[in-house]
Amino acid sequence: MSASQTAAGGIETTTAPRELTLARARAAAESVPDPELPMLTLADLGVLRDIAVDGDHVVVSLTPTYSGCPAMHEMRQDMTARLTAAGFAKVEVRTLLSPPWSSDLISAVGRAKLAAAGVAPPRSFAKPGSGPVPLTLFATSPPVACPVCGSSDTRRTAAFSGTACKDLHRCQACGEPFEHVKEI
Amino acid sequence: MPFDTAYEAISEDTDTGHRWAFGTGFTDPLAGVDTDVPAGVGGADLAAYSLMLGDDALIMSHRLQEWLARAPELEEDTALANVALDLLGQARLLLTRAGAADGSDRTEDDYAFARGEREFRNVRLAEVTDADFAGLIARLLVFSTWRLALLTKLQSSGDPVLAAVASQGVKELTYHRDYAAEWVIRLGDGTDYSRERMQAGLVAVAPLVPELFEVSAVERRLMAAGVAPDPGETRAEFDAVIGHVLEAAALDMPAVPGLAGVRGQTGRGGVHTEAMGYVLAELQSVARAMPGATW
Repeated sequence: MSASQTAAGGIETTTAPRELTLARARAAAESVPDPELPMLTLADLGVLRDIAVDGDHVVVSLTPTYSGCPAMHEMRQDMTARLTAAGFAKVEVRTLLSPPWSSDLISAVGRAKLAAAGVAPPRSFAKPGSGPVPLTLFATSPPVACPVCGSSDTRRTAAFSGTACKDLHRCQACGEPFEHVKEI
Repeated sequence: MPFDTAYEAISEDTDTGHRWAFGTGFTDPLAGVDTDVPAGVGGADLAAYSLMLGDDALIMSHRLQEWLARAPELEEDTALANVALDLLGQARLLLTRAGAADGSDRTEDDYAFARGEREFRNVRLAEVTDADFAGLIARLLVFSTWRLALLTKLQSSGDPVLAAVASQGVKELTYHRDYAAEWVIRLGDGTDYSRERMQAGLVAVAPLVPELFEVSAVERRLMAAGVAPDPGETRAEFDAVIGHVLEAAALDMPAVPGLAGVRGQTGRGGVHTEAMGYVLAELQSVARAMPGATW
């Protein structure tokens, strides 16, 4: 059984009669996992920006983490399937491009889930001012703490990793190579 | 947690019968975004400008994709793939914006796969081939430094869609520029051989730099309307950043005249180098052989 059947089925059996409330829409929308970081929901990740309900019509706004996020289509489909299963006749999933996604939008729960899965959560993002973006050479920012042993004796081994939102590090203390969600 | 591993998550069938990132359905990256053309702005100009910025990203992305499995290390394959993906995402948004702005409702695919060479508006820097990894890195440093400066200014565009695409793009290009700059310094400050190759990369890219700061007629009109930044005004930031990197790398960017165009026209006017035909032949071959194919 797939995750969407589980989640949607769970919602259907626990609420009767099916009132199409904002809370109901929120529960369904917030259960959608991120296709690339499946330990997180879109709500944990801060990609789920807004939910509005009008009768049996629900409008959900999603913000892509990166311009080239290849998972937006899948997110829309999963979102539509779950909200339809929750009883909404018309589901509209909108792309919200502004303000852009920031790693600061990852919730405290999301950060804890990332760390539990061995992915170092992002530190807070230092938003540049309105002028030219300063050049950063050879990552002078403080080291990322190892998600396995907690040591801060780590170094970045690559500026990019398996998904657009992460880079690669290695812990010098326990030897663990690990991914880290980049600050943007 | 619904899945034990990411692989399990992406390999499981879903109710919809779709598997993400495997094929069809990558349509409308601007779903639900208000794409009305702002008052006082010409839709045809806005579309033409969106194509300029979109084609820069699309063609540069394609050239980066050619490096996959050819980079010196797996980490660099991954890095170049991620840079290419970011640029492809920017291209998709911008090409889609063009179709909404000119009222033609052409899709990103229509623009990417059904135009001829003279209809592409990218700067020639995006299309040329790279002799080696150092050549690519020189080109990526120049491209990302220039595009970051341009998109930083585009964030205050009078077109909210372009402003939004720019705000996201700035975050991505900051990483691309840092990545390229670090490699320029490593290679410049490395062995005699790496230094020689890196300098050769800069020599190859130098004639393509002046074109980046030319102002087309479309841009001039959109500058007056508050939609487009003046590319000439990015020159100071470009020179400062490149100068800083090359000083750290102990390398020089040769001051050379720009590569000549044809009757005053360059990439923005649809006049390209010989390399462009080869890019498009590869990019468009499947779409032209099997129009409308999905998988």
